[in-house]
Amino acid sequence: MPTKTAAKKQTKKPKTKDFVPNIVAFACNWCSYAGADNAGVNRLQHNPNFRIIRTMCSGRVTPGFVIKALKLGADGVLVSGCHFGDCHYIFGNYRAVEQFEKTKALVKTLGLDEKRVRLEWVSAAEGPRWAELMNEFVEQITQLGPSPLGNNERH
Amino acid sequence: MESTVNNLKKNRAFLCLECGKCTAVCPISSYNNSFSPRRMIAEGLFYGTDNLINDRLLWSCLTCQLCSQRCPVDVRFSEMMRDYRAEAYDAGMWGNPSHGGVLHYIMEIGSSPNLKQKRTEWIEKDLRVKQKGDVLYFVGCLPYYQDFFAKDLDFSPNSIAIDTVKILNYLHIEPVVLNNERCCGHDLYWLGQLEKFDELARLNLDMIAESGAKTVVTACPECALSLKKLYSERLGGFDFEVKHITEMVYENIGKFRFKNLDITAAFQDPCRLGRYMGVYDQPRESLRSIPGVELKEMAHSRRGAICCGTTNWMNCDTTSRMIQQSRINEAAKTGADTLITSCPKCQIHFRCTARDTEEGDSDKTELKFTDFVNFIASALVEG
Repeated sequence: MPTKTAAKKQTKKPKTKDFVPNIVAFACNWCSYAGADNAGVNRLQHNPNFRIIRTMCSGRVTPGFVIKALKLGADGVLVSGCHFGDCHYIFGNYRAVEQFEKTKALVKTLGLDEKRVRLEWVSAAEGPRWAELMNEFVEQITQLGPSPLGNNERH
Repeated sequence: MESTVNNLKKNRAFLCLECGKCTAVCPISSYNNSFSPRRMIAEGLFYGTDNLINDRLLWSCLTCQLCSQRCPVDVRFSEMMRDYRAEAYDAGMWGNPSHGGVLHYIMEIGSSPNLKQKRTEWIEKDLRVKQKGDVLYFVGCLPYYQDFFAKDLDFSPNSIAIDTVKILNYLHIEPVVLNNERCCGHDLYWLGQLEKFDELARLNLDMIAESGAKTVVTACPECALSLKKLYSERLGGFDFEVKHITEMVYENIGKFRFKNLDITAAFQDPCRLGRYMGVYDQPRESLRSIPGVELKEMAHSRRGAICCGTTNWMNCDTTSRMIQQSRINEAAKTGADTLITSCPKCQIHFRCTARDTEEGDSDKTELKFTDFVNFIASALVEG
């Protein structure tokens, strides 16, 4: 699993100069988590700077989850679920969109860059898509630099 | 052990007569008999805090001070809860936060000094605000509520901010509005996170000092309480005056010109505004001075007003729902068509409960909910 590699590499806190982002990825159990697994099984090379948290559905990821991750110093947060029409719970990803709209508005009001949070759809078969997405997102966050909340105490 | 004795002493628990008036009036106890202020005081006295800090119900207390009001020996139960919670929080305990804790996380994020927020996007072109000046409008959490609640509860928390500035502009006051204002920390204070509260207080006080404000106006009773009493209690006195918008409107009531509204309304006393700060008449007199407005009193009002059911975004459960529903029913019973409150949180809670009743339910209400400032602003005649 890519997460294990990430955990090993991230033991030291990087300096701002050679900034390596910390990204939290919420992946739904049925599609995106399997998609990430698919990327691992296929031995696709991609950026390892993220930690996956598996949720049963992307619709379960309320603003609280994302804001907490940011509070604890995450530089970026990805929410990922099944494509529309593919949701295991039929309408869960539509709920995810509703929740994510709120999250994005809050992130904006808090003065953090909107690009730090992202909602994406990755199916279980899309290993290469996951690898590509993670490369792209890590690049995006690297350009934004460390989160201003990065020095907050950790619970 | 020593801290427990200190908590009990400081909050006058040793004077408890075990008369049980606190439990008799407690809104939580009325619907959930496992919660009892009297039992909690006695438990602290006899057994210390070991069991109490592991008790989930510790986080249910509304700190509405109805109990302290009735207590013949003035045991400070709400403050005792705060101190127990501080102890529990340090031991790693927490209640069940509403909305996944998002509002608590936002409060804590506020204590980060690097934050550069964008909180003033609600300021429309026709509103006049300044960067520095004598009067500061402390907006509070309204922009966050706008993002989080507006869609679900079908109302605009930011409209409270907009109308407050409108009212101040009407009085020829151009308020300062801070773009990087933090949460006042009220909820963290009552949840026992006192260090975080102090951090927020310092950041806010610095910004207020920098703006040069001599008067701070707020439309939220919790912000008013924090700025007026809690900040000075924790960090010493400072040289600005704090006014809730109801006080501000009442003092300048002669300067407003109102149109005829023809509305029957009831007023919900927010616990922070009423019992904590003693503001009962100002909102009522202000509302009565609008022609055509008939103000009804609910069965429990003024000093005996019942809280809106949840405080600090903590432990919202069936008990909270029952309190809210009973309060809505009380308001409907007066024959009022509008329930006015001057706390954004009261309105959020009532709207949430009212939304969940369905057509045909006996509890279904036609009652409209509005904020004091929205109501005043809707009655203003231009010029």
